Amino acid sequence: MIEYEAVIGLEVHVELSTESKIFCACPTAFGGAPNTHVCAICSGMPGTLPALNREVLRYAIRAGLATNCEITRDGKFDRKNYFYPDLPKAYQISQLYLPVCRNGRIEIGEGKNKKTIGIHEMHIEEDAGKLVHDPEGNCTLVDYNRCGIPLIEIVSKPDFRSADEVTDYLERLKTTLQYIGVSDCKMQEGSMRADINLSVRPVGREELGTRTEMKNMASLKAISRAIEAETKRQISRISAGKPIKQQTRRWDDDKGVSFSMRSKEDAHDYKYFPEPDLLPLRVSDGMIEEIRREIPELREARRARYIKELGLPEYDADILTSSFPLVRIFERTAGICGNAKEASNWIMTDLLKLLKDEQVAPEDMHFPEDSLGKIIRMTSEGVINRSVGRRVLTELFGSDTDPITYVKDNGLAMVSDQSVIETAVDRAIRENEKAVADYLCGNPKSLQFLIGQAMRHLRGKGDPQSVQKILFEHLEKRR
Amino acid sequence: MIRMTDIHEAPPEPASIGAEQIEYLEQLARIRLSGEEKERTARDLSKILDYIEMLGELDTEGVDPLSHPVTTEPVFREDKAVNDDRRDAMLRNAPEHKDGCFKVPKTVE
Repeated sequence: MIEYEAVIGLEVHVELSTESKIFCACPTAFGGAPNTHVCAICSGMPGTLPALNREVLRYAIRAGLATNCEITRDGKFDRKNYFYPDLPKAYQISQLYLPVCRNGRIEIGEGKNKKTIGIHEMHIEEDAGKLVHDPEGNCTLVDYNRCGIPLIEIVSKPDFRSADEVTDYLERLKTTLQYIGVSDCKMQEGSMRADINLSVRPVGREELGTRTEMKNMASLKAISRAIEAETKRQISRISAGKPIKQQTRRWDDDKGVSFSMRSKEDAHDYKYFPEPDLLPLRVSDGMIEEIRREIPELREARRARYIKELGLPEYDADILTSSFPLVRIFERTAGICGNAKEASNWIMTDLLKLLKDEQVAPEDMHFPEDSLGKIIRMTSEGVINRSVGRRVLTELFGSDTDPITYVKDNGLAMVSDQSVIETAVDRAIRENEKAVADYLCGNPKSLQFLIGQAMRHLRGKGDPQSVQKILFEHLEKRR
Repeated sequence: MIRMTDIHEAPPEPASIGAEQIEYLEQLARIRLSGEEKERTARDLSKILDYIEMLGELDTEGVDPLSHPVTTEPVFREDKAVNDDRRDAMLRNAPEHKDGCFKVPKTVE
């Protein structure tokens, strides 16, 4: 039996997190009522001219430097012509001949499985509008808010052989781009999306098979499933002697199958020509060096520092540095509570559990950066006990409410008033004669049970040390 | 360092324009020409290509491709957002709109 391997290349579109669009001053903020972030330029009104946002070029160069690319000194833009209502100008300003960056690489895998994925090129272009099919009428509704948001398209070499390699690469690319602050890479909001080019061939053959393309994939899980399904589909066709058609396919993640998209064969003649409305780009050595200096400490260096200087366990440092939103919340939290280990513990146990339970990626988390630090500080200052702290974190996760205000408004402050605790302890003893008797016979578990009962009467807010101490004294009196 | 002379794609070979190419161009440009217009367009385009072809006679050895006749430094816009929301005025230019969106014939994907 012939053994086949998949050969995969990726085109990743990343929205740059500039404040304004690429060629006009419209805001790039996500959301907003349809067509409210649109002006004469990005809606393609006749007679308007584009003016390049300085940060777009700088961000693209920063992304190129962080992925070991060569930076193009004399670049330019090209006009890609096509008729589709998502682009009101009937062309997209992109880069075909002289992309801003070329010949980069990203290392994936660990130890023996280390592998280099080549980056063929990285080019700048403008995003298109969003089309929504109107369920009522036989028509399409167009929202141009996204039109003109700056993108970089990162084209890899066909160096991947499996879905795992692809997701590893995407994770690392995302981490790097988040670290250098050029994109938030929120796949849910479409600010990072991938096109997958895939073909199969018998292992050992040099020549590539016919490839298919799956466009606009916006979740790692869907990407992984789509690659596995498409690999199987192609292998089974080839094994049955059927040809692979070069086509664009759409992946339906709910059904777990891909469909061929109806598209005319000649649809890819974009009649590119140099964009006449923009001047050629000149990138000097000085500019490149200035941008290089702006690149912050990347993952590996930060991970090493967390272990060496902050004394975090390797595992914790590995997880915390895996995503820049986690790095930001960790450093902010540690800064506020003044204890890096404590901050790391809370994130590793409580925050990550919440993210997992709610199935939220760290970059999609809606949680003020200083909230966790404030909660930890309240526990270390004895304002609330640890379990109330956990409860506050759970209840405020995904909310803008300030934890200090929340604790005050909901009366969650720790009860350390001796007489109140004594009343609760008395009641716990009175109502649980059997547990008391067990304890006096030498069963230590009963003590935990009685602490729990007393805490329940204090609605969880008792100072645990005081509760334990007072309960212990009362029980000992009964001997 | 990447220079413009690294461009691999060669410009398309100019050729006399036939009926087949005119049909292809009609499709790409989303226009429909009458029989007489097709013939005239084919003749005009062939003439234009022949005229441009004169450039091929020049010796361009060692000359960098020129992508823009203006050689001044590009002017950048600073990254400051201004929300000039004039949706309603803009939508008035559209033949049809609905729910704040431009309404277009159903797109096939």
